[in-house]
Amino acid sequence: MSAAPKSNEIYIERLNKSYSQPSAGELHYIIKDVDLTVKGGEFFVLLGPSGCGKSTLLSLIAGFVSKTSGEVRVGEKEVVRPGQDRAVVFQQADSSLFPWLTVRENVEFGLRMKRIPAAKRKEISDKYIAMVGLSGHEGKFPRELSGGMKQRVQLARVLSNDPDILLMDEPFGALDAMTRRTMQRELVNIWRSTDKTVIFVTHDIQEALLLGGRIGIMSAGPSSRISHIYEVPLSYPRDLASPDFHQLHGAIQSHFEE
Amino acid sequence: MSARLKKWGVHSLFLLGGLAVWQLLSLVYGPEILPGPIYTAQGGYELLQDGTLLQYIGISSYRVLAGWTLGSLIAIPVGLIIGKVGAIRAVAEPFLNFIRFIPPIAFITLFLVWFGIGETSKIALILYATFFIVVLNTLTGVLSVEEDKIRSARSMGASEWQIVLHVIIPSTVPYMFTGIRLAMGTSFMAIIGAEMIASNEGVGYLIWNSRLFFRTDWIFVGLICLGLMGFLTDRGVAWIGRKLLSRYGVVSTTSLRR
Repeated sequence: MSAAPKSNEIYIERLNKSYSQPSAGELHYIIKDVDLTVKGGEFFVLLGPSGCGKSTLLSLIAGFVSKTSGEVRVGEKEVVRPGQDRAVVFQQADSSLFPWLTVRENVEFGLRMKRIPAAKRKEISDKYIAMVGLSGHEGKFPRELSGGMKQRVQLARVLSNDPDILLMDEPFGALDAMTRRTMQRELVNIWRSTDKTVIFVTHDIQEALLLGGRIGIMSAGPSSRISHIYEVPLSYPRDLASPDFHQLHGAIQSHFEE
Repeated sequence: MSARLKKWGVHSLFLLGGLAVWQLLSLVYGPEILPGPIYTAQGGYELLQDGTLLQYIGISSYRVLAGWTLGSLIAIPVGLIIGKVGAIRAVAEPFLNFIRFIPPIAFITLFLVWFGIGETSKIALILYATFFIVVLNTLTGVLSVEEDKIRSARSMGASEWQIVLHVIIPSTVPYMFTGIRLAMGTSFMAIIGAEMIASNEGVGYLIWNSRLFFRTDWIFVGLICLGLMGFLTDRGVAWIGRKLLSRYGVVSTTSLRR
């Protein structure tokens, strides 16, 4: 007897997405025949070259765009619209944070929409602002923060709504190498202290190997699909210099060079 | 402190230089053709003494402020609705782009026929002058809201109404403000036209009526009052914007041109 699907599991079957009109005759698919099951609490990385449809797949799971055909389910529910169970961390903090709100107000946004009383809101925002290391910056506006700090605000903002699933679209892509390394390490720590499922999109093989429990390789578009899934049997924190890391890196690298 | 002093120094030097050139030119052409600063000041004093100048400034300011405030108050919600609802926008946009090329002054006769010779027709004219500029700017602002902001609010559980209230309106504030400031300039142009044609008080009336007595110095008084009124209200509006709306990104201090 199988247990009921958990609310932090994702099932994708024969998923297709095309932006052309069905009446236009031949459809041009961005992604085609994607099958994927992401287990609850898993850290899954979607890896692929630019323009391969990784972000489109993430938007489909988030419910921002509607599919052409196939199925996307979260737990038992079909995805038809965005929901609080699936939080999104965007690539550009500047376009997704609210510049007229302070760090704390940004973090409390979702709570305010749910009309949670101020005292409770403060308690929750304090917790997540501390978790992402922004204590002392609560009263600042996004424009006063560095790129890495803005991404921390985004992370705290979604965590405060306690979602089951985190969808992250190249969130560290615009950061400098050192900040990026710190953010990756802290993201792994935060993820390991919760039972949240993470789907993380990147085009950086090293980042994929530092973060992911499994790595899904997306083939180059159009009609992109998940061509291969790598299991990463390494423990956290991952050691960039270890032979195993190096070997996996080589294997994935050669996958793209074919 | 010293930079501020220097700025004021440059300003007053410029003013003195301007006055000197003006005085010289008036000596060349004679006071009937070009009344100099001293002559103009005497004319101004004369108008101040019998109370007409302050009364005219008051009535013109009242007309502009009333029409402009009303126009802005009506235009902002209209702009928000046109921007938010695609179906309305498709119908309204060609109409807006047609009517914005018709200057307010072209409507004076019709407005007199429709609203009578009294204050209503003047205020309606200013309302018209303000309305379309503010609608178009608000509309542009709504269309410029980044998709990521709306998406992130939606996946944090905001309802469509909450998105309008907490994302679209705050994002649009700088555009509304620019529209309101630009409209102030058009309002002054419209009121002078209206007062020249159909009024027996106001700064426009003063400028137009002075021709009967060949008092070119009074015309100069009127022109200077207009400049000062526009300058001071624009500074005032900009100051209010900076004080109250800086968190929404309203920072502009420089004067706007049309």
